Amino acid sequence: MVDKITVLGGYDKQGNKEPVEEIVIKKGEIFGVVGPTGSGKSSLIGDIEQLAQEDTFSKRKVLVNDEEPSYDDRTNPRKKMVAQLSQNMNFLADMSVGDFLSLHAKCRGASSKCVDAVIRLANTLTGEPIKKEHELTILSGGQSRALMVADIAIISDSPIVLIDEIENAGIRKHDALQILSGHGKIVMVVTHDPVLALMADRRIVMKNGGMQKVINTTTQEKVIAEKLNKVDELMLSLRDRVRNGEIIEDIKLEDVKL
Amino acid sequence: MRMVIVAGTPGSGKTAVLIHSLKRLIEKGLKPSVVKIDCLYTDDDKKFAKIGVPTKVGLSMDMCPDHYAIYNIEDMINWAEDNQSDFLVVETAGLCHRCAPYTENCLGVCVIDATSGPNTPLKVGPFLSTADIAVITKGDMISQAEREIFRERVLEVNPQCKVIEANGLSGQGCVELGEEMLNSKEVALDKEKLRHSAPLAVCTLCVGERKVNKKYHRGILRGIDGFQSYKGE
Repeated sequence: MVDKITVLGGYDKQGNKEPVEEIVIKKGEIFGVVGPTGSGKSSLIGDIEQLAQEDTFSKRKVLVNDEEPSYDDRTNPRKKMVAQLSQNMNFLADMSVGDFLSLHAKCRGASSKCVDAVIRLANTLTGEPIKKEHELTILSGGQSRALMVADIAIISDSPIVLIDEIENAGIRKHDALQILSGHGKIVMVVTHDPVLALMADRRIVMKNGGMQKVINTTTQEKVIAEKLNKVDELMLSLRDRVRNGEIIEDIKLEDVKL
Repeated sequence: MRMVIVAGTPGSGKTAVLIHSLKRLIEKGLKPSVVKIDCLYTDDDKKFAKIGVPTKVGLSMDMCPDHYAIYNIEDMINWAEDNQSDFLVVETAGLCHRCAPYTENCLGVCVIDATSGPNTPLKVGPFLSTADIAVITKGDMISQAEREIFRERVLEVNPQCKVIEANGLSGQGCVELGEEMLNSKEVALDKEKLRHSAPLAVCTLCVGERKVNKKYHRGILRGIDGFQSYKGE
């Protein structure tokens, strides 16, 4: 069981020590990662994905339950503790959705029966349905993303989940976050979206490749997050209506007054 | 001399990965020498020179670049010894999926690009199946699921190899590769053989010769000094 992970700070892009020397993330916690583009958010997520042992550019060290993970824990997909949804929106593999998922299930030591479940779940997140016999490479960005989310939730099912910018995917991001975060997992979300950032319990601010500070989400922010959620739902429903060829005559703003 | 032979298709990231690994070894006070083999042109030597590694370029011109590399191993080792290097790294041109560049006692490193698709490991030959280490690059450009499938396919082709997932841009995984280079063995050239025969064509290597020493080679041969000659009847 993974109860907590610890990230020990390394160095920023200029080689200076990171201001944040240690972060401990506990089971059940959702942790945000924010900062301008190029500030090192994806690198931080990358360090955690490979459970870095001072062997990456940042020289950070990641401990699991206060211990250094073994080489096998770090590399063997059957033991892999980390599932990652990266920024990549497309698949490159030249095979059908069904073949791909059963191959991945085999890699992770999961049953190939879960293939249908993955496709069903993915289809709750995206507009046009994905079919088992579809070629992976012809899926749209949104469909690929939805499939990646469902694959992580069902096949990878690791105790640590890393999500890199879910907002640009054109899928229902709240539903996706809910599916991914599951019960008792450690979740890290890289985001530029205030709705998602304020939904997290804490967030780390990145700058110049280094971890600058950790902010605890305040009670006030939690209230604001709920309001932002409503704004977001309004935008989502509008998006669906426009997508479905409706003509928009009016929008209800009363619910979302801040 | 300890010897590392690095093979892999063009653009797979051999040079980028090597530069990161060698930098770490230089920081540790070790002295590598690098020979870059190519056919007609390369400017990779400038990249190695930038990190202060003695670098030699070998252009094979009309000769098969792998045969050229094997034929010149003795000269390359002598040169690395003159540099008082701790080990020699030979980066091959990496043109042919049928390449069989590793000798029995070198450290054989295959660099393979994860974006080339999960069927690629099944398509390539001895340069993957007889490697000691398979370095998978560009994994950051595909999803985790695809990365895991790719890794599984590499292990299907070569169950004994150690897989290192590396990133030529950030240097991820390159420390591990450097550590493996430190563990490479001494090569006694006189008895050294190839692990696998080279592809068939018209030269002595092509017909199955596996002995490394210069005196066993026939055909049109090009020396690392640029001198080309025909040996045989």
